[in-house]
Amino acid sequence: MQEVFNIFIKSIFIDNMVFAYFLGMCSYLAVSKTVNTSVGLGAAVVFVLGITVPVDYLLNEYILKEGALVWLDPSFADADLSFLSFILFIAIIASMVQLVEMIVEKFSPALYSSLGIFLPLIAVNCAILGGSLFMQEREYQSLAEATSFGLGSGVGWFLAIVGIAAIREKIRYSNVPPALRGLGITFIITGLMGIAFMSFLGIKL
Amino acid sequence: MSKETKEREPLFSPKNIKLITGPINLSNPITVQVLGICSALAVTAKLMPAIVMAISVMVVVAASNVLISFLRNGIPPRIRIIVQLVVIATMVILVDQVLKAFVYDVSKQLSVFVGLIITNCIIMGRLEAFAMSNKPWPAFLDGIGNSLGYGLILVVIAFVRELFGSGSLFGFPVIPQGLYDFGYVNNGLMILPPMALITVGVIIWIQRYYTRELIEDK
Repeated sequence: MQEVFNIFIKSIFIDNMVFAYFLGMCSYLAVSKTVNTSVGLGAAVVFVLGITVPVDYLLNEYILKEGALVWLDPSFADADLSFLSFILFIAIIASMVQLVEMIVEKFSPALYSSLGIFLPLIAVNCAILGGSLFMQEREYQSLAEATSFGLGSGVGWFLAIVGIAAIREKIRYSNVPPALRGLGITFIITGLMGIAFMSFLGIKL
Repeated sequence: MSKETKEREPLFSPKNIKLITGPINLSNPITVQVLGICSALAVTAKLMPAIVMAISVMVVVAASNVLISFLRNGIPPRIRIIVQLVVIATMVILVDQVLKAFVYDVSKQLSVFVGLIITNCIIMGRLEAFAMSNKPWPAFLDGIGNSLGYGLILVVIAFVRELFGSGSLFGFPVIPQGLYDFGYVNNGLMILPPMALITVGVIIWIQRYYTRELIEDK
C-alpha cells in the first residue's frame, strides 16, 4: 500500500512528465494561454492517463510480455509479442480518447467547444503514450501500482499546465523583448519551473 | 484524378526546392510550428543520440509521408487519424527493431523516445497538413525538409549541451586539460532537463531577432 502511494507522489513531483521528461510539450505550449482551457485539458489528460495506463498494463501483462501467453496454453511460454506493443498501445489510446471526446461532448458542451481541436490531439499527446511506455519499461508489479503511476503522471501534467497558464496570463503585462515574446519566453519560464521542480529530487521515497 | 499530365515538373523545380529549404528557417518545425518538442528536448544531452534520433525521425517522416500520399484518395476522412497512426506505428516499429539490432547502446539511451516518435507531432502534423493533399514526390521532399529543420535544431541543442555540460563532443573530450587546470569546470546544469528548455528559448530568441517577420505581436 505504501509503495502505491510512493509511486503516486514520485510521479507527480520527482518524475514529472513535463519537467523531467518533456512529454506532452506540444499541447502544453499550445493550450496554456488561459487558465480555464488548461484546467479542462489537464483534467482530460488525468482521466485518459488514469484509464489507459492500467488497461495497457493488463495488455502487457497478459498478452505482450515474454511468456505472458502461458495462461492460454503452456506451449506459448517462449512467445514474445513485445514488438507489437507500440501499435496496440496507440490503438487503445486512440479509442479511449474517442470515448472521452464523446463523454465530454455529451455532458459539457462548453468545455467541448473550448478544447476544440485539442481533444482529439490528446491521442497524439506524447504524455499518454509515454505513460504506457514508462509503465512497460519500469515493470510495475501490480495493477494498483500501474494505476497510481498513471493517475500521478496525469496530476503532474495538470499541475504543470495550470502553473504555466497562470504565469502566461500575468506575463502579458510585462515588457518582454519583442523577439522573445510568445513562444520564447514560455520555454524559458518552463525551464525555470523545471529547475524549481528539481528541488524535489532530494526526496527519497 | 485525370491521367494526362500537362507539363512534367522537373524533379527539383524551385517550388520543390522551397519544400526543403523552408522548414530549415522560416517554417522550422520546432521553433516556429512548435511541433515535436518532446523528443527534441529529451534526447539532446549528448550529440550521438540526438543524431540517431534525427535520422530515425527523417526515415519515419519521409516514408509515412510518401505512403499516406499514395493512399490519400482512398482514406475515408472520418478514420484518417487511425490510418495515419497505424502507418506511423508500423514505420516506428521497423526503425526500433533496426536500432536494437545495429546500435543497441544508443537504442537503450533513447529508451522510450523511439516509441514516442509515433506521437511526435511533426509526423502527424505533416501528414495532416501536407501529405493528405499532395503528390508523393513533394510529400517526400516535405518530409525530408521538415526532418532536416528538426534535426538541425536537435544537433545545435545537443552540441551546446554536450560541449558545456560534459566538455566533450560525440563522447571525445574537446576542452583542453590546460583550461581545467586553470580552474574551468563543466557546467553540470547543462546536462539536466531544464537547461534544454532554456537553450531552445535562447535559440528562438536569436532566430527571431534576425528574422523579424517571425516575431509574435501582442
